[in-house]
Amino acid sequence: MEYKTPLVEIKNLYKSYRRGSQIIPVLENITFDIEDGEFLALMGPSGSGKSTLLNLIAGIDTFDSGTIKVGGVDIAALFETELARWRSTNVGFIFQFYNLIPVLTAFGNVELPLLLTRLSRKERREHVETALRIVKLADRMSHYPGQLSGGQQQRVAIARAVVADPTIIVADEPTGDLDRISAKEVLELMGRLNVEFGKTIIMVTHDPHAAEKARTIKHLEKGILNAHNQTRL
Amino acid sequence: MHIIKLVFKNTFRHKLRTSLTILGVVIVILAFGLLRTVVSAWYAGVESSSASRLVTRNSISLVFPLPISYKNKIRQIHGVKFVSYGNWFGGNYIDEKNFFANFAVEPASYLELYPEYILPSNQKDAFLRDRKAAIAGQKLATKYGWRIGDAITLKGTIFPGNWEFVLRGIYRGKDKGTDETQFFFHWNYLNETLKKTMPLRADQPGFYLVGVSNTNLAEEVAVALDKTFKNSLAETLTETEKAFQLSFVSMSEAIVVAIQLVSFVVIIVIMAVLANTMAMTARERIGEYAVLKTLGFGGWYIAALIFGESLFIAMIGCIIGIAFTFPIAKVFGDTMGTYFPVFNVTMKTIYLDAGVSLFVGAVAAVIPTWRAIKIRIADGLRRIG
Ligand SMILES: Nc1ncnc2c1ncn2[C@@H]1O[C@H](COP(=O)(O)OP(=O)(O)OP(=O)(O)O)[C@@H](O)[C@H]1O
Ligand SMILES: [Mg+2]
Repeated sequence: MEYKTPLVEIKNLYKSYRRGSQIIPVLENITFDIEDGEFLALMGPSGSGKSTLLNLIAGIDTFDSGTIKVGGVDIAALFETELARWRSTNVGFIFQFYNLIPVLTAFGNVELPLLLTRLSRKERREHVETALRIVKLADRMSHYPGQLSGGQQQRVAIARAVVADPTIIVADEPTGDLDRISAKEVLELMGRLNVEFGKTIIMVTHDPHAAEKARTIKHLEKGILNAHNQTRL
Repeated sequence: MHIIKLVFKNTFRHKLRTSLTILGVVIVILAFGLLRTVVSAWYAGVESSSASRLVTRNSISLVFPLPISYKNKIRQIHGVKFVSYGNWFGGNYIDEKNFFANFAVEPASYLELYPEYILPSNQKDAFLRDRKAAIAGQKLATKYGWRIGDAITLKGTIFPGNWEFVLRGIYRGKDKGTDETQFFFHWNYLNETLKKTMPLRADQPGFYLVGVSNTNLAEEVAVALDKTFKNSLAETLTETEKAFQLSFVSMSEAIVVAIQLVSFVVIIVIMAVLANTMAMTARERIGEYAVLKTLGFGGWYIAALIFGESLFIAMIGCIIGIAFTFPIAKVFGDTMGTYFPVFNVTMKTIYLDAGVSLFVGAVAAVIPTWRAIKIRIADGLRRIG
């Protein structure tokens, strides 16, 4: 390949919400690329549209106009079921409140994305164990979310996000609900995923310490990307 | 399979709520099963009636008798195979509380007409031989602890006096639908006593029972029979046994309709209860459904979770309900024994129980499922935290 295309290409993206007859613009004319292997932090005040933008990139919400291409795929062109398939193989999700299924063990939660693959039971078990080993929770496999600390739950969620080996990991305030020490562990883990495993990570955060882990920081202000991006090495 | 495990675990997340809902289903299944059994007990006489038997009575009313002389005339009608006759005796055993059906019948022909009353041949012989002999159904004999050879006294209401019998046989029903709570004795015993005490009432059976040689002839024989006694002192009304039994039941048809209406209402109520439980459940788990959808699970998976849980709750309730229906119906049947001679929970009722439960479970899941599937993922995720 002579020319390396970016992993995510966003062009002239508009998104608004409708509240009754009122139309509330949230994202206005957003254009930017995300390179393969990037660790991007999206920052900005509350209500600026960070979560909305993240959801659009991850293919769980729809937008008004513009295009989002991920790995060359125009995700707006996919039907709902195709999009669901695409998400299951391409995107790993980490949420602020972990969002684990309380009636499933750590193992069961991490296994979830694999149920949509053709892997055998044995292969699934191997993958889950590997993922839990990466987040250092192999010994908590049979624990239920209620039996784990917030930090441990978030690490289970990270294992769930990586178990199907997606190209992109999106994280919406992954440390927002954690104490400083747990937050540090989670961020270190995400750094490892980026460096060791080459995952592209897009992370929304309020926390400047968290943002420091990223290679690039973009600021969103009232739905508009701040012109000067802080880029670090 | 994974989804079954998840449905199972989800069902017992709110143990109290699930238990109360299951209890509701259990009560409904019990009520439904018992009410249906009452209705079918009501129609038991109709169900067990034979198409080859006719009942002839006085056309004015059942309380008016017919002359004994009709016996030979009926016998001569084409298509008639058996003729028997008898009277509703209406006697009380010890006191009025002890109600059961008792008839004076011409014994030999009666037993021929009713092969469903099964009597050992030695008991049958003993019954036919002795003028004061009587037979009783197994259930009736059990209820009063009667044994063969016991002397039984009935106090006549229609035919005053104390009437003494000796129990010579205990019959069993051919199947569960046969009435085992009746008491029969010799019509001649009644008639001969009447000749001495009330000669005006002698020689007058209350009804004739006619067996036809071929069920196809039943209608024809009935018409011919009534025609024979047209313009005589006692005109007759002949109908099939089924029609005769139905005329009793239809008097109380309004009650049956009311019972069925209650069954129906009870089902609607439990549907609302279960739908409410499922709506609460699904609302609480909107965030989880959104997570599953985010991970790539389709709407069918969410639907399977909600439908699965709803059907599971309904079926647990159904099974427990059915399990309780049998003993409760038995207790009910034993206490009401002689009013509802045949009180059996039928297989059809069980199938209907299952059908109703499946239907209720499915209907209750529709709206919660529709809501859970319709909500956008981003909105579902926003509900968490
Ligand atoms: N479903 C919705 N309907 C209407 N308005 C919405 C909806 N979702 C989000 N909004 C609005 O869109 C704007 C952007 O929301 P978004 O959640 O993307 O902000 P955010 O930058 O993630 O904020 P925070 O830092 O508080 O998480 C907000 O003004 C919000 O009120
Ligand atoms: Mg947000």
